[in-house]
Amino acid sequence: MKRIYLDHASSMPVDPRVLKLAESYLITNYGNPSSLHSVGLDAKQAIEDARKKIADFINAENENCIIFTGSATESNNLAIRGAALRNITQGKSVVASAIEHISVLNPMKELQKNGFTFTIIPVDSTGLLDLELLAKHVTKNTTVTSVMYANNEIGTIEPIHEISNIVHEKGIYLHVDATAAAGRIPIDVQKEKIDLLTLSSNDLYGPHGAGVLYIKPGVKIQSVLLGGGQERGLRSGTENIFAIVGMGEAAHLAGKEMNTESKRLTTIRDTIIKDLLQIEDTYLTGHPTQRLPHHASVRFSGIEGESILLNMDMYGIQISTGSACSSKTLEPSHVLLAIGLKHEEAHGSMVISLGQSNTMTDVPTIKKAAKETVERLRQLSPLYQPKR
Amino acid sequence: MANVGYSKKVMEHFMNPHNVGIIEKPDGYGKVGNPVCGDVMEIFIRVKDDIITDIKFRTFGCGSAIATSSMVTDLAKGKHVDEAMKLSRGDVANELDGLPPQKMHCSNLAADALHEAIKDYRNKKKK
Repeated sequence: MKRIYLDHASSMPVDPRVLKLAESYLITNYGNPSSLHSVGLDAKQAIEDARKKIADFINAENENCIIFTGSATESNNLAIRGAALRNITQGKSVVASAIEHISVLNPMKELQKNGFTFTIIPVDSTGLLDLELLAKHVTKNTTVTSVMYANNEIGTIEPIHEISNIVHEKGIYLHVDATAAAGRIPIDVQKEKIDLLTLSSNDLYGPHGAGVLYIKPGVKIQSVLLGGGQERGLRSGTENIFAIVGMGEAAHLAGKEMNTESKRLTTIRDTIIKDLLQIEDTYLTGHPTQRLPHHASVRFSGIEGESILLNMDMYGIQISTGSACSSKTLEPSHVLLAIGLKHEEAHGSMVISLGQSNTMTDVPTIKKAAKETVERLRQLSPLYQPKR
Repeated sequence: MANVGYSKKVMEHFMNPHNVGIIEKPDGYGKVGNPVCGDVMEIFIRVKDDIITDIKFRTFGCGSAIATSSMVTDLAKGKHVDEAMKLSRGDVANELDGLPPQKMHCSNLAADALHEAIKDYRNKKKK
């Protein structure tokens, strides 16, 4: 059976061109960048080259704005905890959208133990942030506000420019988690006036094990990890050179190829959404137009997401779901609840995230598998009553 | 989680569940679960001389919810209601070669649905 992988938001393959460049840093150029001998200096140079590529990719002021971490989760933790604790004299309040990744929400919840107030700004039924409430709740006591560039579960792209204006009017730091958006839509940290920005290597077809936190010049944060003082003292620990070199090259390639690839994926995405919505009692989740080019997400009434996932897998098709049963916490996705879905509606979601391997020729197979899956599970379900 | 940890038997029952459907005017009917939690199971039984002669189910839920429903109908069919009443969640899980730990509680309600159906049958019989 041919594999049709539609879960690129969960994990992506490493681009062979990336691997080709990075693999020597595992086998031959294995120096520690902190060593002063020639093997160490080679490694140091490789990291600086990668840093330059990332800076170019997001139009950062200079390469010193780029801090390498181990993952997007770590970058989010560093941004939130680092900014909140470093600027605690300014106030003890943090603000985030209701659809942030758990690696933003949990550090903010943790800060409540340090006496911070944590305000969650709601989104509308398409996932767009309530800008009026944002303006109301970001105050001079806020130390950091976090809003993601685009959401990984519903594909909605947030109006970052307007959000940035609102937050900066109050003189507050804006952190943007661009994990899902980077490599799909162009990101310009200077144009959007972003203070802190998170990137993930794997979401750019780079290896797992590297992330980036962009820090605008003059923005003050403190470290979360203490140790040897690597990465300007903000991220101690010997650098994962293989992953960092890979991430640099992945960002470089994404910058060059993103426009063409995103156009290609948009066409496939639109056809998939159209096909899925032809299935009775099926609804789009997320925004109909302000949506990531590779992202299609729907919910089917009367059936449950883990069953959908398992059934689709039998056709060789890998998708994702926000169902409780597919999560470690056994809670349905907080994102789907935030856009106003009831629990039982949130259980029946399907998330498709396209990538390099997908083509238009996959679409009829996806359509057939989805239709048969939904029909079969609805026949089993006591909750599904056809509208007719 | 997905199917990490699902046995081959669970996947067989999930893909080709036995005894799916409803029984019109059943002798016993049991329903457990809650759509909010993501699992709802209903079981219909036909009983003759206290023997379960026919049994059907419908389930909304994850892979193990469907597989346990299918398995419990297999186990109960042909059994005396007193025997069927003794079938436990653990029996169902064992017959499926085990369930992942996080599924033992939430999606292993099929035996409960069967018990409800038998109770319903007994109540009707008393009247």
